[in-house]
Amino acid sequence: MSVESQVQPTAEAAPKRLSPAMQSITRVAKYTIVKLVMLFITVVIGVYLTILIANMGGYVDNIMRGEIRQAVADRLNRDPLYRSMQPDARQAYLLSQVTDEEKRLGLDKPFAVRSIGYLAGALQLDLGRALNMSSDSGSRSVRLIILERLAPTLLLMGFSNMFLFFGSIFLALTLSRNYGSFWDKFTVALSPTSSAPPWFYGIFFILIFAAIFRVMPFGGMIDAPPPTNQWDYAMSVLKHLILPSSAIIISSFFISIYNWRTFFLIYSSEDYVEMAKAKGLSNRDVESRYILRPTLPTIITNFGLLVITLWTGAIITETVFSWPGLGRTAFRAIGLFDTPVIVGLTIIYAYLLAMTVFLLDFIYAVVDPRVKIGE
Amino acid sequence: MQALKSAFRQLAGYPSAMIGMILILILIGVGIYAPIAIPYDEAITMWRGGEEYWRQNPRTVPPVWYNWFIENDLPESFDYYSDNTEVATRTDVPREGGGTQSTITYTFDFQADQFPQELIVYMKATFATKKPFVSMLWITPDGREIRVVDVGISQTETYRFGQDTRLTRRIGGLPANQGLFADPNSEELKPLKGIYKLVVDVRTFEEGDTFTSSEFVMHGLVSGWFGTDHFRRDLGIAMLWGTPVALAFGTLASLGTSVITMIIAAIGVWYGSWLDELIQRITEVNLVLPFLNILIMVGVFYSRSIWTMLGVTILLSIFGAAIKTYRAIFLQVRESPYIEAARAYGASSMRIVFQYLIPRIIPLLIPGLVLGIPTFVFLEATLAVLGLGDPTLPTWGKMINDANNNAALYNGFYYWILQPAALLMFTGLAFAMVGFAMDRVFNPRLRGV
Repeated sequence: MSVESQVQPTAEAAPKRLSPAMQSITRVAKYTIVKLVMLFITVVIGVYLTILIANMGGYVDNIMRGEIRQAVADRLNRDPLYRSMQPDARQAYLLSQVTDEEKRLGLDKPFAVRSIGYLAGALQLDLGRALNMSSDSGSRSVRLIILERLAPTLLLMGFSNMFLFFGSIFLALTLSRNYGSFWDKFTVALSPTSSAPPWFYGIFFILIFAAIFRVMPFGGMIDAPPPTNQWDYAMSVLKHLILPSSAIIISSFFISIYNWRTFFLIYSSEDYVEMAKAKGLSNRDVESRYILRPTLPTIITNFGLLVITLWTGAIITETVFSWPGLGRTAFRAIGLFDTPVIVGLTIIYAYLLAMTVFLLDFIYAVVDPRVKIGE
Repeated sequence: MQALKSAFRQLAGYPSAMIGMILILILIGVGIYAPIAIPYDEAITMWRGGEEYWRQNPRTVPPVWYNWFIENDLPESFDYYSDNTEVATRTDVPREGGGTQSTITYTFDFQADQFPQELIVYMKATFATKKPFVSMLWITPDGREIRVVDVGISQTETYRFGQDTRLTRRIGGLPANQGLFADPNSEELKPLKGIYKLVVDVRTFEEGDTFTSSEFVMHGLVSGWFGTDHFRRDLGIAMLWGTPVALAFGTLASLGTSVITMIIAAIGVWYGSWLDELIQRITEVNLVLPFLNILIMVGVFYSRSIWTMLGVTILLSIFGAAIKTYRAIFLQVRESPYIEAARAYGASSMRIVFQYLIPRIIPLLIPGLVLGIPTFVFLEATLAVLGLGDPTLPTWGKMINDANNNAALYNGFYYWILQPAALLMFTGLAFAMVGFAMDRVFNPRLRGV
């Protein structure tokens, strides 16, 4: 009897209250779905806004119509057959050619329809065909245009930003330990230099190393003609990489160290760090277990955001150094009113950003036991 | 208020902040001086007026102070009007049978080690039927007299020494800018230093005909305090006028962005619920939008006017990462007892937002605002470097853009890039130094760090 009465409540409760593990799973699942939907809506709105802006309320359509008319008329005027036609027939032929060309570029449909088409295509990563641009291999596929430029951008941005990120964290840790030393003051004093963007340092580097000393190339990614030997090829790229990447590194090196140093200093004045020091733990242990560990979520966030910025390239730095990357492609696409390329670049950026934001929540929960997902 | 005062007193303890302050004051001084010295319309005309306004300047030459650093002095440009009594003397003698005989003598000291670019005389005359007759004579320091030209002139006449092939033949095959200055006793080709004279002799032939004026221009190899560009424009205009433009753009953008961001964050936090949610969602959408790309698109498709750019910049920056920071702080402040007290006495929501919430975080706003200024100053320059600078205004970024387009670094026109770059750096450092110090004073978390 007594046994039964003891068992009874649990048996009854089971269908109503899930076990803690199941509770966690449903909580995480619910959170995941809500978060994914929210992020997706954000991406859709963001990309659609970009499409709207890339069209400027029909303004770009008018520019393109004018250009098409001009180009078609120019092409036909060179055609002797066309010139020998009667004026009426000539006009009609010109119009039909213009209409065909507009149809090819989708200008016959109203913008609202086209924009939805762009959006739907973009969301499925079907980037479509460029209007005016073509890849080096001559293809008009936006995917190919982007892929072709991705490697140089990743090389430049990846190299410089990774160096910047890990270099500054390492130096910042050292400085925060030697707070008030000469090098610490030196970094703090130099941090205002980071108010200038990379291209600004870029022109100084070009001036000093390319124009005056002639030891570095003015720009580009490879010698002309490109070396056939693989080793020489790599060396040539490396040589061209030095100036632009140093410009990127130097422009945010000191501010980056300064920010991390301040951040670590704030954390190293926590009571538990004092406690660890009082226990007589080695500097290394204090650093890795009591300073780095609790700051890991912030470090990871920054790293995640950094990875996304790699993708966008550096529009101006690439332009100043004639580096054939995505930044320059974006700039050219805007100049050529090439909406599919602009949208293609934006959608990939938006997806990467959404993915990073999404993943970061889970990574926090993994690295920081104080964080619980969905609460 | 008391807190702000003591904060500023603390700020005075930072030498970098003081240096920054002095630099900012200098910049503001220049920014105020520029529109007074050269009014807006005049500056625009001087910058975009066309060849007529720039003809007296040589093409792409460094500033005069370039001479201080080099051994072989470069000739300085000048522009002498006939009515300038310091350098020119004019005598008018009536001629028998009508008309006058005018003689204008220009005297100048030439002490450079290199030849100038070009010599030009612009003349103006009024006459009824018969063209006035001009003869020019060149007198070198060693007393040689070289006949330059004898020619009948029309109402306005331009005589370029270098383009006169007969003059070239007369002085032994050298181009006029070299031949007229060359030292005859020297083996190598180098200019003779000393006092040169140009005598312009004009005869008009009928009653009432007058020789109005002449203007003697020498295009040297250095010009003005800032040099000239490929259009012969004096870069001084852009250097000077770039200051108020940069300061105005940087300050307005930074102020607009941070103040509006703060107000939106405060309103969102105070009213909460869907408004707060909406603001957060907009911020996330804004994060997806590629900032620079959109700015470039607006510039390319729509308008490159600096005011449009300013508006779009502010619009895109309002819902930035800062809104989250402010929101977190406001969430804490909202729970403070003094807010509760305000509610208890029946303060309206707007009153609480503007009188109680926002003033509380102004100390946090100020460093961010000051640090934001150089970012926006450089943003303006960045857009200009991409060719999206304001089409009418002379700015530092546009100088760099012009220089870049003309391969200034490759061709060795370093002054063209270095001068605006130095000013940009100067501005950036000034605001950043003050901003960093303010951050340390105002931000409680950084106290003693």
